[in-house]
Amino acid sequence: MRQTGPYNEKVMDHFRNPRNAGELENPSGIGTAGNPVCGDIMEISIRIEDEVIKDIRFRTFGCGAAIATSSMVTELVKNKTIDEALAVSNRAVAEALGGLPPVKMHCSVLAEEALRSAIDDFRRRQGKP
Amino acid sequence: MNMKPIYLDHAATTPTAPEVVQAMLPYLEGTYGNASSLHSFGREAKTAVETARGRIASFMNARPEEIVFTSGGTESDNFIIKGIALSRKDRGNHIITSSIEHHAVLETCGFLRKQGFSVSFLPVDSNGLVNPDDVKKAITNKTILITVMHGNNEIGTIEPVAEIGSIAREHGVAFHTDAVQTFGHVPIDVDELKVDCLSASAHKLHGPKGVGLAYIRTGTKITPLLHGGDQEKRRRASTLNVPGIVGFGRAVDLAGTEMHAESSRQSALRDRLMEGLLAEINDTRINGHPIRRLPNNANLSFAFVEGEGLLLSLDMEGIAVSTGSACTSSSLEPSHVLSAIGVPVELAHGSLRFTLGRDTTREDIERVLRVMPGIVHRLRAMSPLARKGAIS
Ligand code: FES
Repeated sequence: MRQTGPYNEKVMDHFRNPRNAGELENPSGIGTAGNPVCGDIMEISIRIEDEVIKDIRFRTFGCGAAIATSSMVTELVKNKTIDEALAVSNRAVAEALGGLPPVKMHCSVLAEEALRSAIDDFRRRQGKP
Repeated sequence: MNMKPIYLDHAATTPTAPEVVQAMLPYLEGTYGNASSLHSFGREAKTAVETARGRIASFMNARPEEIVFTSGGTESDNFIIKGIALSRKDRGNHIITSSIEHHAVLETCGFLRKQGFSVSFLPVDSNGLVNPDDVKKAITNKTILITVMHGNNEIGTIEPVAEIGSIAREHGVAFHTDAVQTFGHVPIDVDELKVDCLSASAHKLHGPKGVGLAYIRTGTKITPLLHGGDQEKRRRASTLNVPGIVGFGRAVDLAGTEMHAESSRQSALRDRLMEGLLAEINDTRINGHPIRRLPNNANLSFAFVEGEGLLLSLDMEGIAVSTGSACTSSSLEPSHVLSAIGVPVELAHGSLRFTLGRDTTREDIERVLRVMPGIVHRLRAMSPLARKGAIS
C-alpha cells in the first residue's frame, strides 16, 4: 500500500474522508476521552434505540491516526448492539485500518475509551449503573 | 492532479544547489586524492580544501586556521561544547545555555551534567529572546562556557549574541553560538558577534549533507572529539571529506553573492504568508519575535487543530512543512521551544513552521494561502475544541 508519511492508504482514506464526523443533536449519550500521552481529545455522541447504536458521530482533536481511528470505530459499531460495540477493542480498530505505526497505537485507545464513555453516559441517563 | 511540489521546510534541509553539485563532481570522480598525502594527488585535494577554507573564513571574517571542518552542525556542537568543557575543567564546571537550543546543544549539555558539570538553562521571553542580564546574573566563578544559539530553528528568533559575547568577554568565559540556521542567511562576522566558537552546517545553505564547520578563535584551547591522525591541526582526526568541503565552499560563495537580495526577497514573501494566514484564518497566532527573526521563518499556531493533521493535509497538496505538535515527536511531548516561550500545549499542538528558500516563489506562497483556510476549516469542523462561531 502507498504510504503517506507514517500511514497506509486505508488510514489516509479515513483521515481524508472521515465517516460520521460531527456531533448528534439530542444524543442518547455523549462521551469524551483525553489522551494522557500527548494531550489529545476525542468526543463521541451516540443515539441508541432498543440497545442498538442507530447513529454515531465523533469529533477529534488529535493526529491523523486519532482521526482515522475515530472514523473507523464509528463505522465498526454503527447498527451494532451495545454489547457488540463494547466488545470492539482498540486493537480491532487498528487492525480494521490495516495497522498503525507502533508509536500511534495509543491513539486508538482514545477511540475505544470515548465510545465506552458515551455508552456509560447513556446508561447513566437511563438510570442504570 | 499534478501540482508542482512546494517545499517549505528549508530549516530542515535545503536542496543542493546545482552549482554546488557541479563543483563537487570532479572530487567524486577524477580528483580522489587524500588531502593528507604528499604526492600530487593529495596536493590537488589539499589545494581544493584550503581554497574552500579560505573563502569560508573570509565570509565570516575569520582566519582560515580558525576553521575546523566537521561532519555537520551536531558534530560541531558536540566538539565545541565537550571540547571547551574538558579543556577548562580545572578552572570550573559551570555551563550556561538557553532553554530553546537545538537538541545537539541541549543533549550535549545534559550529557555533561551527568559527567559532573553543572548547567544553567536560561529562560527566554515570550518572543524567544534570552535576556543578556540573565546571562550576567548566571555567571559564577565556576563558569567556563556560555552557549547560546544565533537563530532559533523553530521560531526563527535571532538572539542578542553580540551582547552576550561582550558579557562573556568581560568575565573571561568562552562563548559559543550555534549558527546553523543563520550561516549563509544573515551576515556573520565573528568579531562583531564576539564569539569564540561557532557551529555551522553546509546543507542548510544549499550545500551537501555531511559537512559542517567549527570556528575556534585563535588562542581558544579545545580538546578534540576525534583522536587519530593529524588532520585539521590535530583538532579533528579523520580523512577530510574533500567533495563535501569543496561543495560547502561553493555554497558559501553563492550565499555571499545572493544573501542580501535573498533575505529581503524571502522576508517579504514570509511577511505576505504570515499576514495572509492571520487575515484569512481566525484564532491564529504568530510564534517567535515579530522583527528579530530569520528572514525565511514563519511559525504560526492554529487554535483547535493538531499539527500532524495540518501537515498531512498540506502534504496531500504537495506542500511540505513541519510542526511542533506533540503527536509528531517521538517523545510525544510538544516542542521544548514553544513550551519555553509559553505557548499553551493546545496551541503548540496546532503549530506549523514554514521555512522558505531560494527556490520559493510568490506563486508558491499564494497557493499556500489558497489551500490553508480550507484545511484548517475542515479540521476545526472535526475538533471538539472549536467553539461554535469561532470557526472562520
Ligand atoms: S493523538 Fe497525539 S499522537 Fe495520536
